[in-house]
Amino acid sequence: MSDIFPKWTNRLPLKIAIGALVVAGTLTAGITYYLTPAYGRVGYQPIQPVPFSHEIHAGQLGIDCRYCHDAVEKSWFSNIPSATTCLNCHNQVLKDDSRLELIRDSAKTGKPVPWVQIHKVPDYVYFNHAVHVNRGVSCVECHGKVNHMDEVRQEKSFTMSFCLDCHRDPAQHIRHPKDVYNLDLEISPEEQKKMGTKFVHDWNVQSLQNCSACHR
Amino acid sequence: MMRYFLLFWLLLCVTVVAIAGFRGSTSRKPPIEIFPDMDRQPKLRPQTTFDFFPDNRSSRAQVPGTIAYTKGTKLGEQEVYPFQDHPFNTGRQAGSTNYVETLPVAVTEQLMARGQERYAITCLPCHGASGDGKGITTKFGMTIVANLHDQRIVRQTDGELFDIITHGKGLMGSYGDKIDVNDRWAIVSYVRALQLARLGAPEDVPADLRAKLPGLSAAPAQK
Ligand code: HEC
Ligand code: HEC
Ligand code: HEC
Ligand code: HEC
Ligand code: HEC
Ligand code: HEC
Repeated sequence: MSDIFPKWTNRLPLKIAIGALVVAGTLTAGITYYLTPAYGRVGYQPIQPVPFSHEIHAGQLGIDCRYCHDAVEKSWFSNIPSATTCLNCHNQVLKDDSRLELIRDSAKTGKPVPWVQIHKVPDYVYFNHAVHVNRGVSCVECHGKVNHMDEVRQEKSFTMSFCLDCHRDPAQHIRHPKDVYNLDLEISPEEQKKMGTKFVHDWNVQSLQNCSACHR
Repeated sequence: MMRYFLLFWLLLCVTVVAIAGFRGSTSRKPPIEIFPDMDRQPKLRPQTTFDFFPDNRSSRAQVPGTIAYTKGTKLGEQEVYPFQDHPFNTGRQAGSTNYVETLPVAVTEQLMARGQERYAITCLPCHGASGDGKGITTKFGMTIVANLHDQRIVRQTDGELFDIITHGKGLMGSYGDKIDVNDRWAIVSYVRALQLARLGAPEDVPADLRAKLPGLSAAPAQK
């Protein structure tokens, strides 16, 4: 009588086990790598209606962030500047440049420039710019070196753990308020520790982790 | 068979990585929100589109004839509100169009420091750090920028300077919507200090510090 199961089937369970392990392993790795905001959000760089460059304006010309984003230290919302802000300079510089057509139109008619918003947190998160920048948290902590970006691109994942990592240990991230808008400042870890600990103590900075700080 | 399966799986992985790329690679498309539970709620956010209003804007321009709800500013005993016809708000004497000669706020070291900071943010790109009208933008095609040390401007009253910041003048845009009233006066005080510094003579420096000025003992005050 011939065998019902040929000999090679002896190794079948082992093969299936190995196959399943490989599949499960790579799937898990793939999902943790790809299906997270670190992959999904970081690097988002939409095409803007006007080729505005932070590298030229904030980097080379050295214009302070608050010249344009003037509400950042007063309000939760950091405003995108109006077209008239651009025309302060561009009524003389590149006066008739076609790239600035939309800006001139907008200033004349009041029609908004359709800038594409890049950084977004969900609507159930109540973020606040003024609190952070007035407490010595620099733009660079959350937006990267915007002053060297031709086009703004999202640098951080903006997940809840991103916020909490800093809230748990603000001493690692805060600096003197006058350096908040100086995105190029390099601080050595020891210096940061010394300075951060001092500011946390002096200003009584809290380590906010209660849910209602960010969710209401 | 096992070998074929593993080969197939490897190829699949390579294809996925090839298409999806690595973390942090630039993407022109907005992030996908997989379970957008309550991520986007029908509430108002500033500077977005909102169909309720005819111009589809969520941020509203101020309705003419209205005043935003604000607190008053304490000037000594008096409390000044933005709607009042008061030199603090207008730079002009109450009930007339004449500019006030001097600042209606007390000039303190604090105000001066604030003015310096605000000047560096809003005025410096055009008028330069010293106010000589040679800011960085003048190297890129801003041809007409006023030199704040111009005799004509030095002689202007504080009220007029305030008015220029608030409403702009000639080719200069207005900064009234960008700079708070108090900060505008702070800038005026700082511009005055800049002008005074340029007009100063070595004799204005206290005698004990004068020796420290390099090469100034013989040279005239203005270079
Ligand atoms: C000359 C005006 C100007 C200056 C100065 C400026 N910005 Fe901007 N910024 C803009 C405009 C206009 C946009 C919208 C277009 C865009 O995203 O590129 C913008 C967008 C941004 C965004 C993205 C907003 C979003 O949609 O999520 C960030 C972040 C930002 N700016 C940070 C900065 C920082 C930090 C500085 C200071 C180093 C700075 N900006 C200086 C005009 C300016
Ligand atoms: C403080 C003055 C100033 C302001 C405010 C300003 N710009 Fe500029 N902009 C400049 C200068 C100077 C240049 C460089 C011109 C050159 O390279 O010849 C420039 C260049 C540009 C260019 C051409 C960039 C390129 O690749 O050559 C664009 C587009 C532009 N600006 C858009 C804007 C927009 C949009 C705003 C408003 C958010 C704005 N600018 C506000 C001074 C300004
Ligand atoms: C603690 C982190 C953090 C810091 C520091 C920070 N930002 Fe932001 N920024 C955010 C977040 C989060 C958003 C998205 C907010 C939202 O969805 O409304 C944002 C959005 C923006 C926007 C888009 C408009 C808006 O408010 O939604 C601009 C412009 C901007 N930031 C500029 C700045 C500038 C300029 C600075 C430095 C002075 C700065 N930010 C510092 C986290 C930060
Ligand atoms: C780099 C550090 C840092 C990051 C990143 C950061 N924060 Fe903060 N946050 C702070 C500090 C410092 C304070 C001030 C605490 C204080 O005033 O005692 C603060 C305060 C706040 C407050 C004010 C709470 C209150 O009512 O006083 C809110 C809300 C907040 N953060 C939300 C967020 C959210 C949402 C994010 C993520 C998008 C975030 N933060 C990311 C450092 C950070
Ligand atoms: C520092 C601010 C901050 C604090 C404090 C905070 N959260 Fe969050 N939370 C966030 C942000 C930002 C997000 C959005 C994350 C995202 O979009 O990836 C979020 C998202 C969430 C979500 C939705 C997750 C999802 O993907 O659907 C839940 C649930 C949540 N938080 C619960 C809590 C609870 C419970 C606490 C208190 C223990 C808390 N949060 C404290 C900032 C905060
Ligand atoms: C975008 C460039 C720019 C910025 C920023 C700017 N100005 Fe001007 N300013 C000008 C130009 C251009 C003129 C010349 C106007 C003319 O003669 O038509 C001028 C003229 C002036 C004058 C003389 C007006 C007169 O009587 O002729 C004063 C005073 C002045 N600016 C003060 C300021 C102060 C204070 C600030 C900061 C709040 C400031 N400016 C910011 C461009 C600028």
